[in-house]
Amino acid sequence: MPEIVNFTPGSALLGGALIGLSAVLVLLLNGKVAGISGIYGRLFSPTTKDRPWRAWFVVGLLAGGALATGAWPELDKFELDADLPQLLAAGFLVGLGTRLGGGCTSGHGVCGASRGSKRSLAATATFMLAGFVTVYVTHHLLGGGQA
Amino acid sequence: MRAAIHIFTGALFGVGLVVAGMTNPAKVVGFLDLFGAWDPSLALVMVGAMLVHGIGARLVTRREAPVLGGSFPTPSKPRLDARLFIGASLFGVGWGLVGFCPGPALTNLGAQHLEALSFVGAMTVGMLVAQRGFGVDR
Repeated sequence: MPEIVNFTPGSALLGGALIGLSAVLVLLLNGKVAGISGIYGRLFSPTTKDRPWRAWFVVGLLAGGALATGAWPELDKFELDADLPQLLAAGFLVGLGTRLGGGCTSGHGVCGASRGSKRSLAATATFMLAGFVTVYVTHHLLGGGQA
Repeated sequence: MRAAIHIFTGALFGVGLVVAGMTNPAKVVGFLDLFGAWDPSLALVMVGAMLVHGIGARLVTRREAPVLGGSFPTPSKPRLDARLFIGASLFGVGWGLVGFCPGPALTNLGAQHLEALSFVGAMTVGMLVAQRGFGVDR
């Protein structure tokens, strides 16, 4: 059994509920799935016809980050254990993978899976498993970071 | 007016990520580190978000149409093709490498954690490769 550390169930549930509420509003107002990789990624697609709301939503996402960390500095925790080549490689894989797979943690994980979409459930299980394996390999097999 | 609504829904999402602690890459990696000191928080973020969206989406789609026009998404055919699994696997590897997925990476730019900038730049390139090279969105 793993040793459990840093568990913050209350703020996790509350933050999750706010994310879910945002996704419900996107569906109610726009009839769209609140998947960040799709909202952001389709900004750069020549076939996209509904750019404005996507751009404003992304502006809001950044504003939310600024607002929350400005209003509650104690929530502004940021520990990153990666160098530039790792950030570039990871970013490329996340961009390519989310668009090929049709979604990320929000679109597949929150929106799709909660409505019982088989594609989303399969995608979520797959990226979770790939994430577990990746951290096992980098932290335990290769011994980087805390073992 | 519409712009303000979309900014509000985006900001709500960003605030939720910060409150949940998901803009901290170490907390995400802590969840993915099943065999180390494990932080289950991310699972509860998903539970909270899925409960609200699972119920909310059911209620909202009883309407004829979305408030601002258009139509509700029709459920996609449950096709489990290779592209879905390959894409989700690549995403999971990148996610586990540093602890960023697209939402938190963008939100961190707003929180002035500019270390996320190189990640977002490379992520955008990866998305363009998916679109131009593999015909996503066509």
